[in-house]
Amino acid sequence: MNKVRVATIWLSGCSGCHMSFLDQDEFLMELAKLVQFVYSPLIDVKEFPENVDITIVEGAVGNEEQLELIEVARKRTKQLIALGDCAVHGNVTSLRNALREGDQAVLKRAYLELADTTPQIPSEVTPLLKKAHPLHEIVEVDHFIPGCPPPASLITYVLTELLAGRKPEMEGKAKFG
Amino acid sequence: MVKEITINPVTRIEGHAKVTIFLDDDGSVKDARFQINFFRGFEKFCEGRPYYEMPSITSRACGICPVSHLIASAKACDALVSVTIPEAAVRLRRLMHMGQIIQSHTLSFFYLSFPDLLFGMDADIEKRNIFGLIESDPEIAKNGIKLRKFGQEIIERLAGKRIHSSDWIVPGGVRWPLTKEKGERIAADLPEAKNITISTLEKFRNMLQRFDEEIEHLGNFPSNYMGLITPDGELEHYDGLLKIIDYQGEVIADSLDPTKYKEFIAEAVEPWSYMKFPYYKPLGYPGGSYRVGPLARLNIAKRCGTPLADEEIKEFRKFGKNGIVESSFLYHYARLIEILFCLERAEEILSEPETYADRVWAKAEVSRSEGIGVAEAPRGTLIHHYKVDENGLITWVNLIIATGHNNVAFNRAVTEVAKKYVNAKKLTEGMLNRVEAVIRAYDPCLSCASHSFGSRGIDFELYDADGRLIDRNSR
Repeated sequence: MNKVRVATIWLSGCSGCHMSFLDQDEFLMELAKLVQFVYSPLIDVKEFPENVDITIVEGAVGNEEQLELIEVARKRTKQLIALGDCAVHGNVTSLRNALREGDQAVLKRAYLELADTTPQIPSEVTPLLKKAHPLHEIVEVDHFIPGCPPPASLITYVLTELLAGRKPEMEGKAKFG
Repeated sequence: MVKEITINPVTRIEGHAKVTIFLDDDGSVKDARFQINFFRGFEKFCEGRPYYEMPSITSRACGICPVSHLIASAKACDALVSVTIPEAAVRLRRLMHMGQIIQSHTLSFFYLSFPDLLFGMDADIEKRNIFGLIESDPEIAKNGIKLRKFGQEIIERLAGKRIHSSDWIVPGGVRWPLTKEKGERIAADLPEAKNITISTLEKFRNMLQRFDEEIEHLGNFPSNYMGLITPDGELEHYDGLLKIIDYQGEVIADSLDPTKYKEFIAEAVEPWSYMKFPYYKPLGYPGGSYRVGPLARLNIAKRCGTPLADEEIKEFRKFGKNGIVESSFLYHYARLIEILFCLERAEEILSEPETYADRVWAKAEVSRSEGIGVAEAPRGTLIHHYKVDENGLITWVNLIIATGHNNVAFNRAVTEVAKKYVNAKKLTEGMLNRVEAVIRAYDPCLSCASHSFGSRGIDFELYDADGRLIDRNSR
């Protein structure tokens, strides 16, 4: 039997959703029999591969590198899942959006005002986007799993449904926060 | 001729990073730099929020060590409302923190680094991960899963949620007590967790004979060390006083009040780097840089303070000169000892009736304009510093994150390993994996770190044994 090809991506989030994924505990052993992880912070593949069946994405889209990665991932994957509140609606990652020129304001605070010596704003790093975006503002999303983070049982439910070829029914199962 | 080699993304670490290795014309490694491209800006966007939201918001800096943020944040808020929190609340916060240290260290050891140790640095990349471990050695994998689960379940049983359980730890204590029944359930699972830890330590100790080379060459250098410690000189993660020692174990500073951190810790910004470098002020920069985290804590402590961990720390010290262990690779060993210590301490806390007292929340209004909270997170000393207006709305935030303290050491280690192992003319994937492996040994938490920095990286620097800079190669 061919294993289902699964990728997990971590954009601008806190890793809590990936930790909740690991909180599936013993189910990970079952999962390893059914799926092949082809790209993830947990494995050493450096390029996002072709022909991915399911891609699970944590975090909002916060900088240009993440923008490129999510677009490549969308092209190469059949079903894309927004995992957790940052991916679903921006959550804490998007709090900077409320500030005037928020991308500059957060940089100024960290590098100019909170440095004891030679303050300077980083210039040779990937630029921040003006706003942090939830996934659906950038690419088409097939499934949403809200929560900060979503409970492991809910992640298990969605994966079980998808692996069985069914559409997960989220109504009444998920909540924000 | 290739001028640089990039590892992007660095994998099996907690966060986003890349490493760039710069080459000379003859293909030898000139230096290496470490780059982080991920930034959210907590220190700014928290302004204007009510102070009591801070534990909830700042714990979202990190999904791996949210409890440390909850604790440092709640302690800063305890100071804002000027309360001494009830003793049972201190015990329960401590217990929760232990649960987190157990799960976080287990994640680092079993899920991220152990595949390198078991399969070797040059193993096939399809195999060299937790899923490869599940396939080839399900027993070890299951032990890792169980141990991490035990830590997470402590948190869940106290607070009702495993990750971001922020409606339980609050300014003034915790919102509800621990029931006897839940305490018994944690205690019932404890012996298995302890057995797993003891057998893992044994296995790891036996493996160490195979890792002479890694111990010697994966970031093995002298440095200063900093961490919190009890007044008796024992291992401590929740409270205590800061102590700084040098590479020979000589005390540089002792009994420092962590809430006065501004008096002795400053942050430097280098023209060639965008990551802030905390250092001990009296020694200046960079001589005042130090390492933090499990290795540092064990180097600083006289003893752990629990029977099994105290036996194990004796073995650990044999790897050091004067008992001070310098090899980055041995952070793994220190992590396992800390798991054992937390299990023993958790057992004590659970067995004492004071833990189950009903009074766990001191309620009060804002009465001070400034509050500082400090804890020893899994990766080192974590500082939260807030200022509020008369209505308790946040006006200013400074966070100094555990991983940030290791900045100098971390980059030294990357450069050292690249120089030792990377050969551009016969480049293999395993050579680059060794560079990543030394990063994994530090278990950096770049989620936390990305609260407020980006980094353009670091150039090669050479220090003498006293930590004095003797050579710097700037591009």
